[in-house]
Amino acid sequence: MTNLSSQPAANAQTPSTMDLVNKNLAKRYRAEKRFKAYGIAAILFGLACLVILFTDIVSKGHSAFLQTYVYLEVTYDADTLEIDDINNPQQIAIADYSALVKASLRQQFTDAKSRKERRNLYGLVSNGASFTLRESLEDNPALLNQTVGVWLLADDDVDTYYKSRGDDKADAFVGRLVPKQVAWIETWITNQQIKKRFNTTFFTSGDSREPEQAGILGAMAGSLFTLLVTIILSFPIGVAAAVYLEEYAPKNKLTDFIEVNINNLAAVPSIIFGLLGLAIFIGYFEMHRSLPLVGGLVLSLMTLPTIIISSRAAIKSVPPSIRDAALGLGASKMQVILHHVLPLSMPGMLTGAIIGFAQALGETAPLLMIGMVAFIVDIPGGISDPSTVLPVQIFLWSDSPERAFIERTSAAIMVLLAFLITMNTFAILLRNRLERRW
Amino acid sequence: MNTSMLLVIAIIMMAMAFFLGRKRAITVAGGNHGIRNLNSLPGYYGTLSALWCGIPSLLILALWVIFDDYIIIQIIIQELPTSSQALSESELGLLLNTVANIALNNSSTLVAEPFIIEAADRLNGLKSISQMALSVVILCVAMGLALFSWLRVNTQLKARVKVENVFKIVLLLCASIAVFTTAGIVFSVIFESIKFFQSVPFFDFVFGLQWSPQMAIRADQIGGSGAFGAVPLFAGTMLISVIAMIIAVPAGLMAAIYLSEYASPKVRTIVKPALEVLAGVPTVVYGFFAALTVAPYLRDTGSMFGLSVSSESALAAGLVMGVMIIPFISSLSDDVINAVPQSLRDGSLGLGATHSETIKQVIIPAALPGIVGGILLAVSRAIGETMIVVMAAGLAANLTANPLESVTTVTVQIVTLLVGDQEFNSPKTLSAFALGLMLFLITLALNSIALMVVKKYREQYE
Amino acid sequence: MNENDPQISQDITNLITVGNAFSEHAKMSMRNVNVFYADKQAIHDVSLDIGKNEVVAMIGPSGCGKSTFLRCMNRMNDTIDSCRIEGDFRLEEDDIYHPNQDVVALRARVGIVFQKPNPFPKSIYDNVAYGPKVHGLASSKTDLDEIVETSLVRAGLWNEVKDRLTAAGTGLSGGQQQRLCIARTIAVGPEVILMDEPCSALDPIATAKIEELIAELSQNFTIAIVTHSMQQAARVSQRTAYFHMGKLIEVNDTKKVFTNPEHELTEAYITGRFG
Repeated sequence: MTNLSSQPAANAQTPSTMDLVNKNLAKRYRAEKRFKAYGIAAILFGLACLVILFTDIVSKGHSAFLQTYVYLEVTYDADTLEIDDINNPQQIAIADYSALVKASLRQQFTDAKSRKERRNLYGLVSNGASFTLRESLEDNPALLNQTVGVWLLADDDVDTYYKSRGDDKADAFVGRLVPKQVAWIETWITNQQIKKRFNTTFFTSGDSREPEQAGILGAMAGSLFTLLVTIILSFPIGVAAAVYLEEYAPKNKLTDFIEVNINNLAAVPSIIFGLLGLAIFIGYFEMHRSLPLVGGLVLSLMTLPTIIISSRAAIKSVPPSIRDAALGLGASKMQVILHHVLPLSMPGMLTGAIIGFAQALGETAPLLMIGMVAFIVDIPGGISDPSTVLPVQIFLWSDSPERAFIERTSAAIMVLLAFLITMNTFAILLRNRLERRW
Repeated sequence: MNTSMLLVIAIIMMAMAFFLGRKRAITVAGGNHGIRNLNSLPGYYGTLSALWCGIPSLLILALWVIFDDYIIIQIIIQELPTSSQALSESELGLLLNTVANIALNNSSTLVAEPFIIEAADRLNGLKSISQMALSVVILCVAMGLALFSWLRVNTQLKARVKVENVFKIVLLLCASIAVFTTAGIVFSVIFESIKFFQSVPFFDFVFGLQWSPQMAIRADQIGGSGAFGAVPLFAGTMLISVIAMIIAVPAGLMAAIYLSEYASPKVRTIVKPALEVLAGVPTVVYGFFAALTVAPYLRDTGSMFGLSVSSESALAAGLVMGVMIIPFISSLSDDVINAVPQSLRDGSLGLGATHSETIKQVIIPAALPGIVGGILLAVSRAIGETMIVVMAAGLAANLTANPLESVTTVTVQIVTLLVGDQEFNSPKTLSAFALGLMLFLITLALNSIALMVVKKYREQYE
Repeated sequence: MNENDPQISQDITNLITVGNAFSEHAKMSMRNVNVFYADKQAIHDVSLDIGKNEVVAMIGPSGCGKSTFLRCMNRMNDTIDSCRIEGDFRLEEDDIYHPNQDVVALRARVGIVFQKPNPFPKSIYDNVAYGPKVHGLASSKTDLDEIVETSLVRAGLWNEVKDRLTAAGTGLSGGQQQRLCIARTIAVGPEVILMDEPCSALDPIATAKIEELIAELSQNFTIAIVTHSMQQAARVSQRTAYFHMGKLIEVNDTKKVFTNPEHELTEAYITGRFG
């Protein structure tokens, strides 16, 4: 570097500059590598959490899609059922079918002598089994006084035991089962009198205190009605508000105030909306608790800011040249909006709205406030029937002590996630279509 | 005719008014060829007629439905025996409930005093009169207005301008719903809170160290005196939020930096949506995960090291909440980092700074206001988060900074106090609204500051 | 001359550079450079020397590749993923694109000033001190103060800002900002300064100041400047290189290029027939 001597000022610095730079280089590159590693670690941490969360839910919940059934020889004994006229539907309806199950159980396991032992024995079969028997007799009255083999719903303790058993008896989760009950179940297993079938009950019935009879249909219907109310209210209002703010609103204090309000509302905790619903809709307007109508109203207010914000973004993305072109042809402002702006921004608005609705579908806290936590067995038929929703059902079940409810909770979560993922995927597809257009 | 029937009729009348108005406009203009003489297209005349006919009728319908119950009940109360009128508010409410039940069932099987039966009959009578009157009023108003608007159609009428004005007003009303919602929130929590502060002094609530909202059932119960000191709740909320932020801020920020500065487009398109899935998972699912997987795991691990970890530890709730907030922070920071102009990166790289030096010393300082705003929003979200803490945190109001112990939070208490049946006027129930008010004010302040900071930041680089 | 319009009459694929592209005292020498953005070729077989303490101006119509070429000289194009570079770049004897050549160290020797002034959102002092700090050039606070002061003095900014060194660099006027960026660049003590249209965002008075500054800096530094303005090239440079559609058409003494260009494309450009 001697040839640099012709540069008087640089001379003082240059030789030392490169030495200094080179001296520090290794250290600086180590810092660079470390920094990059932190970034990768952060991402891996996030992804790992996602994977752990999903595998945990699936591993806990997948077994709920199968349900244990027990094969029993049941005699439709007319005397036990107290049916003297097979053509009388009343008699068939009120007959005591659980007595048939009990008789069949006693017949198979004669070692159940004491009252307590017998009660344990009867406990192995779900009390839902009698409905199955009634239905089959209603369908086919000729069964009366016949003996047939039927697959009956097992109790949740049996279900848990059988599912956790695997090949080795020692692995099984015994729980509340007494040794004698375990012995009986083992007899069934040896006789191949027990098997797992697809759990249709889970998808076709409402809530129940008995895990083996509990299903999510009621909660799904409740979610559907609640979401319907939310969609019908929040989408048109949200779009209208967005149109006003983007196309009409003058730049003044009122508009600023509305904007600030909307942005703030979007970040207000959801439980506050629950308090609003409780105080206004239930306290002031005296609506009933647990209604999808009220839930939908609350969720609409909660979703509205999200929809307004995304709709505004969609309207903003319509090029001004299109408005100018329409205005130049003599169209009025309303015509420009209805004929051009709205159709062009609709995919964007729908994308934002669907994401908002997915959030509403997964929301729990505000619905707890307005009483959608009640234990409701019946499947709601409309927006004014008391009901619960899927996330609240998950919350309720997760609190239940029975082990069989854990797998059902996880299964319900899987169903909920499936809905959410479908909705979000749809939104993403819509967004991609939109992006291709401009 | 019931209300929904009337609604349908009003809508049919509107449709009729539309067609009549349109037809009248064409006739006035002198047939299809004369449309040019009209001020606006015939459709606008039709729409205007429909609006004139429909809006007042629907307004009357709505007001009637809202107020007729109240008026009828007032009449019933007037006619009750004086002894009943002197009853306290709650007793009177019970009485009226009985009346309403009997009126609904139409049954005399219920044993009731004669004056109650009489009142029930009177209630049914008044209801049917009201319903009938409503039908007549609606029909008359709708028909009258339809006729009026039909007569007003002429070539000079600026139908389009009027319709557009109505359109604009409707849009403005929709936009103001956000303001009404905020007002609704404020009023719904403030009135109950004022009632609460009448029985519990404000300072005892804000600075009290004891929280046990259960009023004494037995005289010898300890802590059953109904202590409403909210400090343990705020402390618990802060503890869990701090744990969550300790997880979420570094992870979210570093993930955002890596994704926007280092990752190839391919990695970004896969990882970004994957992280966003975490944000889309409902909080009840996180709550389940925290309560049934993380908390037992922490307890077992803790006991392996000889630590006693509560099965409702603040740590479990905080950890899971932190994971939930990671994508929130990462997507906000991502936006903010991408808003930093490329020229600053070039400037720093051109001087020979390494990539990480550029990020640490130029990009992050430049993006700092935006990042801080995002973190504030995340804190507000952590404070207001409900389901995770309801399911994974405890109910006991411990004043502790030990994350292994169980604490409770503001949101947990709101839920516990308000879920299920409750007497509306006990301090226990009202305290939930006071907590709600505090929660609303705190989050509102955080959000306002955050949104302002972020807005300022964005304007700087626009 | 219409029938001879060079744009129409000449097939530019077979052009070779005319004039004097090479220098006896080359500080930087580039040979047979080809640059591609994905599939598109932006630079076609360009060879050029920048002599020591020389100011070389690069001119040409928009999109002719002059900025791309400049950015390749301190590997700023490394940040663009789709960019691929072929050819030989040398800073004195060192191969700039050699796998062992450290890009950070390279940029400490070859500084760059960008088109739009881009001061960091920090104080004036911190802006200038940034480079020395990241490279660890100052062993003490006094050292750093001295570097900052000399750099600002040499950038002709010292008198205007010495009383408000802690004020934000972004608060200066456009011309001052650009001089701050130049001060920031020379604070690292580079041997070569690349300037990418440094005056295009400035008003005429600020431009005049920067041009003066370039003349002064050329005493100590080797400078390559891309410019849109032919007048500027004429005022500040000793040699001028004319680029056209990714090719280097002509390199000659600035005077010769503007008074008596060898190539008709150059002539067409400087007489304003396209550009």
